[in-house]
Amino acid sequence: MGERPYKIVIGLEVHVQLLTESKLFCGCSTKFGAPPNTQTCPVCIGMPGVLPVMNRKAFELAVKTGLALNGEIARFSKWDRKNYYYPDLPKGYQISQYDLPICRGGYLDIPAEDGEGTRRIGIIRVHLEEDAGKSMHDEKAGRADSRIDLNRAGTPLLEIVTKPDLRSPTEAKTFLTELKLLLNYLEVSDCNMQEGSLRVDANINLHIPTDDGQYVATPIVEVKNMNSFRAVERALTYEAQRQYEAFLETGHKLGDVPKQTRGWDEDAQITRPQRSKEESSDYRYFPEPDLVPVTITEEELERIRATLGELPAEIRRRLQTTYQITAYDSDVIVNQGRAFVDYYCRLAQGCGDGKMAANWVQQDVLRTLNERQWTIAQFPVSADNLAELLRKVRGGELDTAKARMVFAEMVEQCCSAGEAIQRLGIVQVDEGELRRLCEELVAANPRVVAEVKAGKDKAIGSLVGQAKKRNPNINPARVKEICLELIQRQS
Amino acid sequence: MTSLDRFPFDRCASELLVALRVGHVTSEDLVQAALAQIEKYDPHVGAFLAVRGEKALDQAREIDRRRARGEKLGLLAGIPVAVKDNLCMEGEPTTCASRMLANFVPPYDATVVARLKAADAVIIGKTNLDEFAMGGSTETSAFQKTRNPWDLERIPGGSSGGAAACVAARMVPLSVGSDTGGSIRQPAALCGVTGLKPTYGRVSRYGLVAFASSLDQIGPLAQSVEDCALLLEVLAGHDPRDATSINRPVPPYRELVFQRPDAIKIGYVPEMLSDGVSPDVVRTMEETLNVFRSLGAEIREVALPHARYAVATYYIIACSEASSNLARYDGVHYGYRTDEKAMLAELAEERRRLQQEGNLAALDDLDTALVRLYRKTRAEGFGAEVKRRIMLGTYALSAGYYDAYYLKALKVRRLIRQDYDQAFERVDMILGPVTPAPAFRIGEKINDPLAMYLFDLFTVSANLAGIPALAFPAGLSTEGLPIGVQLQGPPLSEERLLQMGYLFQQVTDWHRRRPPLIENDRLLS
Repeated sequence: MGERPYKIVIGLEVHVQLLTESKLFCGCSTKFGAPPNTQTCPVCIGMPGVLPVMNRKAFELAVKTGLALNGEIARFSKWDRKNYYYPDLPKGYQISQYDLPICRGGYLDIPAEDGEGTRRIGIIRVHLEEDAGKSMHDEKAGRADSRIDLNRAGTPLLEIVTKPDLRSPTEAKTFLTELKLLLNYLEVSDCNMQEGSLRVDANINLHIPTDDGQYVATPIVEVKNMNSFRAVERALTYEAQRQYEAFLETGHKLGDVPKQTRGWDEDAQITRPQRSKEESSDYRYFPEPDLVPVTITEEELERIRATLGELPAEIRRRLQTTYQITAYDSDVIVNQGRAFVDYYCRLAQGCGDGKMAANWVQQDVLRTLNERQWTIAQFPVSADNLAELLRKVRGGELDTAKARMVFAEMVEQCCSAGEAIQRLGIVQVDEGELRRLCEELVAANPRVVAEVKAGKDKAIGSLVGQAKKRNPNINPARVKEICLELIQRQS
Repeated sequence: MTSLDRFPFDRCASELLVALRVGHVTSEDLVQAALAQIEKYDPHVGAFLAVRGEKALDQAREIDRRRARGEKLGLLAGIPVAVKDNLCMEGEPTTCASRMLANFVPPYDATVVARLKAADAVIIGKTNLDEFAMGGSTETSAFQKTRNPWDLERIPGGSSGGAAACVAARMVPLSVGSDTGGSIRQPAALCGVTGLKPTYGRVSRYGLVAFASSLDQIGPLAQSVEDCALLLEVLAGHDPRDATSINRPVPPYRELVFQRPDAIKIGYVPEMLSDGVSPDVVRTMEETLNVFRSLGAEIREVALPHARYAVATYYIIACSEASSNLARYDGVHYGYRTDEKAMLAELAEERRRLQQEGNLAALDDLDTALVRLYRKTRAEGFGAEVKRRIMLGTYALSAGYYDAYYLKALKVRRLIRQDYDQAFERVDMILGPVTPAPAFRIGEKINDPLAMYLFDLFTVSANLAGIPALAFPAGLSTEGLPIGVQLQGPPLSEERLLQMGYLFQQVTDWHRRRPPLIENDRLLS
């Protein structure tokens, strides 16, 4: 952001679908991907005479999220109707929360852009509402048909609104990544943008410095239709530059023009204005008379707080201090989820070397998981078995190349390190035998010994090579160590 | 009794149940009698929008068979019951007397319909109402007028006009209505029958097509208090599908109704017997107070200072909720939809004309096909009164007006409730008129919405406060039209209201009077 002649101000509005079995106000399943309109009932399709009944589980997940975001949970909140017409909104109103949301205030700490420490991003509110259905516009062959799938209608949706604390498109992306991770850890949402379980709108404007040391603010624009975190970053980068150019051209400041909504066009990689008609809505909010206000007791609140578990930021700190690994390593491990963290911790404890464990889980374990599309729960090598292998590496029994072979065998055969070593025919060479072999080699290769003594350490490779020929099971690193020791002793 | 009674439904339902049990009469007899009575009188009265003739008879025969086999039967086994046509019944058209839902067949039962079925009641048909229960005369029904059996030139009241008229004309002994601002009590009073609006939440609203959610309440209409108690016992109870339903056990109303309440203090509001109230109503009120006095009740004056704001408050809240509740009727998912081809052609024609004129501004403002679909569907599907209320409510909820109207109305509503709370510290129940005058003539007020709204003066407060109110016949006007009064009590005081009403009907016979129409068949011509 250093080279930009302006400061960017961004606030996000994030919608996440909650991981409940059933919808917010009826018993229909929320499972993604079912044939259209098969997960509906009179309530979620808004038939005459039906009434909503709140899903307490959704409420608890919202409270859990509010607590994890350090917000103030309302002991008394209520439902409101947001009235507007759209074909995928069968009742003609959405049940949402207007003036008494479940949670107010709070923050999320995200890794700072420069890699040093964290930045605190303020949360304005978190509230619960029902999702609308999905309109599918059939645009092929010029047909004007639209079809509506109401499977999604009534799915619990959490709206999280941030303060305008984000200072760059990259930071916006970092925030979303961190939020997604948090919600995954809480098991509140799977935050899958492709399946629409996480959606983001952004409000953005610029503060442009003036000669007198003050600044002017450009009009706030709401950017919609961003379908990935990368799209968010790109759209906001584009929009910031567009606003700057528009300011240079028109001089319009905040308040000069009505708030504009623009949509991100992924193909053209630009934002386009959306029809002004679509934005000039008066939602005529009023309290939902079909539902009663929601209250929560201190006991319930404590019960929910107890289910939070250790959250990503704390885990990163713990891994760094307990196992002496870098911020980068702890990040990679934490990003894989709670089960992976547990695997790492057990491995680190079992093998006694946090750094080594970090390398192995990031390289060998993660690569295998990715290749085979496994989760850590499906991974056949237990942390204890892998720890046994790493202990052998640390103890000099195996070199890294051999250890990788053993690891591959353990993955294939679902066996322990010992069994894999046996299967591969790797015979453990006795230390005494190894020493005898080295003594023979040193005695038989005076020229090499001389070279080593002359400072050409690399020459020792020839001894290691001969050792391998005579016994393929030897640990080359150990041979090298012993030979060097013997040669040094000669002098 | 024998099955030869001329008016089997002069009998109260509990008597009919005994007759059924001992075998003096079969359910088939009763349903036949109901159908005969409907066939004879309903062409003149117009109470029913749909009659389930054969289906009802089949059901009655099945109940008779089960009875013969000695099976355990429900509380209303074999009794014909009419249901207002804003209550959903699976597989039966539920129209709300609106063009919008003329062909709507719900795939589910309202909770009260399910309860009636579980009680083995025979649902004989669906009764007429003001469109979406919006009105006080049943004149806004899109399909037919209902006439007051006491004078066919007069309205039966509304919105449960059909529900009250079919009981008054002895077509059925029991009828289920809904009351948002008096829609059970007012037609009951104007047709000379008994009707109860229960405490808000006492009866599940699930399956009642919503008019104003915070005010709507389902309740019984019948010829006697005793029958209202019986029907209420079937209708009432907690329903997990209605978040506003009260989770409290249902007292055995049909037994408790016979108990004499002790040391009852009855209040009345003197101001309600002054300006604009017909002398017949005032006289009836005074006579009724005397009857209660003679029954040992202590009569006290009470004040409901905010009652005079009740009509204004009611119409703001009811219309606001209605504007939102009726948004779903947009032609997209079910119900009436405008002729799409004609609509698209019309739109294309407008676009062509504007293009020719070069009127770019108007062209830019031209509806999208979707918006035009909404507009035309709603313009054609709703009647004038429904549109008026949707517009009033939309206005009251709009940005800039919300505080002055809706929010203020909520505050006054709270004050009205407080008035009642304070009054009920001094008295057990409040006696008052139901309407300022007896039934008016058909067409008399239909073009004067304000006069029509003011007719609700005495009934809307109970809905705003959520309290129960029992209306029952207490006199006749000089012209021979029924006049009703109502007893209002604190939340969940149904039991006491019913006991007091029953006591009144023990010493008076207003509820036994038959409309001249059915006394004298010559009036039918």
